[in-house]
Amino acid sequence: MDRAIKINPPVSTDEVRALQAGDNVLITGTIYTGRDMAHKRLVELLQAGKQLPIDLKGQFIYYVGPSPAKPGLAVGSAGPTTSYRLDPYTPALLELGLKGMIGKGTRSAEVIAAMKKHGAVYFGAVGGAAALISKSIKRAEVICYPDLGAEAVHKFYVEDFPAIVVIDSHGQNLYQTQPPQYKI
Amino acid sequence: MRKIDAAIITETVHDLFLQANYFIGTDIFEQLKQRRELEESPIGKSVLTQIIKNNEIAAQEQLPICQDTGLAVLFIELGQEVAVVGGDLNEAINAGVSEACTNGYLRKSVVDDPLFDRLNTNNNTPAITHINIVPGNRIKITVTAKGFGSENMSRMKMLKPADGVEGVKNFVIQTAVDAGPNPCPPIIVGVGIGGTMEKAAILSKRALLRPLGQENQDPRYAALEREVLDEINKSGVGPAGLGGRTTALAVNIDYFPTHIAGLPVAVNICCHASRQAQKVL
Ligand code: SF4
Repeated sequence: MDRAIKINPPVSTDEVRALQAGDNVLITGTIYTGRDMAHKRLVELLQAGKQLPIDLKGQFIYYVGPSPAKPGLAVGSAGPTTSYRLDPYTPALLELGLKGMIGKGTRSAEVIAAMKKHGAVYFGAVGGAAALISKSIKRAEVICYPDLGAEAVHKFYVEDFPAIVVIDSHGQNLYQTQPPQYKI
Repeated sequence: MRKIDAAIITETVHDLFLQANYFIGTDIFEQLKQRRELEESPIGKSVLTQIIKNNEIAAQEQLPICQDTGLAVLFIELGQEVAVVGGDLNEAINAGVSEACTNGYLRKSVVDDPLFDRLNTNNNTPAITHINIVPGNRIKITVTAKGFGSENMSRMKMLKPADGVEGVKNFVIQTAVDAGPNPCPPIIVGVGIGGTMEKAAILSKRALLRPLGQENQDPRYAALEREVLDEINKSGVGPAGLGGRTTALAVNIDYFPTHIAGLPVAVNICCHASRQAQKVL
């Protein structure tokens, strides 16, 4: 838990390949948000052969639907949502060059296989640490799908956003390796 | 007959829903700190530290503890000598929830039709309300904000009487452990045993209200609570499911008489952000 690696998206495949499950990271830069409905729309565009409203190359998507911002703050509380609901959509986005996802909970075998193939990582943020995490989000703007409210795609500018590499691009997975070490 | 104005209900529900969303109970806060000291996993310790810090920031700045500010679930003990006047009780409750969301910057997380339209109601209502008529002339209102990461990991099963204590134990442990990282561990496990299908489910949700550290009054159930908690914490799932000794903070069991042919068991899982507040009017 001692060293924290600083990363600044957009990132290269080499940078991603160097990250290992268990690494603590502090993310500074731009990240995008997306939940169920936004993912559905993005993948439907792809299936229709259309261009996406955002360029995902080298980028990270944070699975979050923040609470409304109080006056004077960039964003409300903003912790991760459960990732498995996004599994059906994720491989298509990884193919486009998405390099990281931030969420909580396990991922499907298909997602992990696509992460290995294209070189991408899955970061865990602490579920329920939403007020704390919001402190690292300095600016927020809606990029597309404003009709989705909290589920709209936002662009966040974050500084030292705390996360941990839970599944790396080699398929190492903390959800599999850690609990057995503490099982009695 | 004592009269209570519906406007008072609205105001009370408003205040309680905000209080629940900003301030974690001291019992949970203290338990988290104790568990952090005992946690052997470095990652687990760091997760608990973040959760504790989060609760401090939320209380200091009056920010929601979690962005999922929850479906409002209310338990109301309505004295039979009270009349609610000046409005519809259910509307008064929903108005309180909806106004709290607007005034307190809470997220609107409710869709109207669950299957076809799934359109956001844009005011976080309707609330789910469980009303019990009790003797007396007071109203006790308990408001909880229930997150769905953990609600989705809950289960219910109609066991056979022959499945007995072992059957119940296995079902509860399995439900909690299979949930893995999804319900944001450390979790609180509410268990309802007996009654009918819906009674067991309501018992399990009500069991989540019990303050941490308070056991079932029946020593057999209290022993079962301790044993199941111990087993869940031996699973290694740990804080955020990233490994460790702290998977659950408590197992609370409530029971009710049932039919000779049945043994209903419901397990309602709640995350560490077990948000509730209550007031007696
Ligand atoms: S399960 Fe609880 S802590 Fe986790 S995201 Fe939902 S409400 Fe928040």
